[in-house]
Amino acid sequence: MLEICNLRKSFGNLEILKGVDLKVEKGDVAAILGPSGSGKTTLLRCINFLEKADQGRMVFGQEEFNFGRISKKEVARVRRKTAFVFQNYNLFGNKTALQNVTEGLIIARKIPKTEAVEIGKRALAKVGMSDRCGFYPSQLSGGQKQRVAIARAIATEPEIIYFDEPTSALDPRLTGEVLAVMRQLADEGMTMLVVTHEMNFARTVSNKVIFMEDGIVKETGSAKCFFKNPHEETSRKFLQMTEGVSMV
Amino acid sequence: MVSERVWNIITDSFGKILLPGLIRSIPLAAVSFILAVLIAVSMALIQFANVRGAKQLVRFYIWIFRGTPLLVQLYVVFYGLPGIGILIEPFPAAILVFALNEGAYSAETIRAALEAVPLGQLEAGYCAGMTYMQTMRRIVLPQALRTAFPSLSNSLIAMVKNTSLAANITVAEMFMVTQRIVARTYEALALYIEVAFMYLLFSTALTLLQRFGEKKLNVHSYQGV
Repeated sequence: MLEICNLRKSFGNLEILKGVDLKVEKGDVAAILGPSGSGKTTLLRCINFLEKADQGRMVFGQEEFNFGRISKKEVARVRRKTAFVFQNYNLFGNKTALQNVTEGLIIARKIPKTEAVEIGKRALAKVGMSDRCGFYPSQLSGGQKQRVAIARAIATEPEIIYFDEPTSALDPRLTGEVLAVMRQLADEGMTMLVVTHEMNFARTVSNKVIFMEDGIVKETGSAKCFFKNPHEETSRKFLQMTEGVSMV
Repeated sequence: MVSERVWNIITDSFGKILLPGLIRSIPLAAVSFILAVLIAVSMALIQFANVRGAKQLVRFYIWIFRGTPLLVQLYVVFYGLPGIGILIEPFPAAILVFALNEGAYSAETIRAALEAVPLGQLEAGYCAGMTYMQTMRRIVLPQALRTAFPSLSNSLIAMVKNTSLAANITVAEMFMVTQRIVARTYEALALYIEVAFMYLLFSTALTLLQRFGEKKLNVHSYQGV
């Protein structure tokens, strides 16, 4: 349902993405792994047009787009079918948890308010935040904020959700509560593309791994194969490093 | 100490000074300030959005009005412009200058407040399908104005005091009326202290109002997202 071909992005003279190809099928939970600075986050941001990619092609559903000359209308159309969960939540500071979820529904999708509130409450219930509907972001813990952000993402019934290191800002306990929600979404068949450093999540929840290094995809395949028997030398090294860390 | 004659002058003039304060100085400050905030928000948004061309124009406007004295601006508009056929009544002329002057300062206050709202919230708005304008209006601007509130309150208080400069362009506000009474009675010290007290009264009322406003805005203390 999502295919990226030869995506390139430079910041000034610094080339961050050097021709990335990837493919996500409906129902996939694809983990993008790789060392820091390999371009994972930039890739995700380019895919949702938060950064303007220099060149490349995207197939989304039945439609094909060119990153170099995609129109505002097309961006809006693709974004309607996607949702994005940020590392630092980016909840609207002047809105309650419930309003954070309903804002986009009411303002962008013109859903009547009462209906939007119903949807919002259901979404918050799903992430276990029913009792925090009226709380402002500043009154929530990091894990709670991220769960509200996930509720905001699923409320629009997207075809795919992009997660940009959703647990990197959280301590282990809060990480656990967010990952549990993501696991539940995966079980329900939600298509997800997840940039993560959580090896355990990648191993147990994702069905596909995209390993990036130095601005390109070095290895891609099923999560099982990747963790058991990585083909590339660099993937192997990366896994050894992270195994080492998780053993400490 | 204070003689009976001076005391009588003070009490007699109390109402005479207060009245123009209430019907001239306060309205002058209030109307100018509302216009100033509207100008400031527009200028700040243009700078924030980085509209090329328009941004340079805004910088030029701010440069001029922050870089020259308020009193000189009043003179240029009221005494200068008639030279090229533009005649403006004293009161509107004062409003025009005060609004443009304060607009230039507050534009910077509001721009800084806009920049203090994490950019990620704008991106989250995009990802939720909202447009730039929708996200600015509903998410970023409300938070920025809340941040700017104490500074803007400051400006309003300064504005109330600055209205005394309008005496120079024949607006019969509080200070001009006081000057007239002084000219008649020669009690400069007592009367100028009296008018200072009036300004203090107004400023104090505004300070209390500010405190009340901040408390109200702080109910949900949504800073520090």
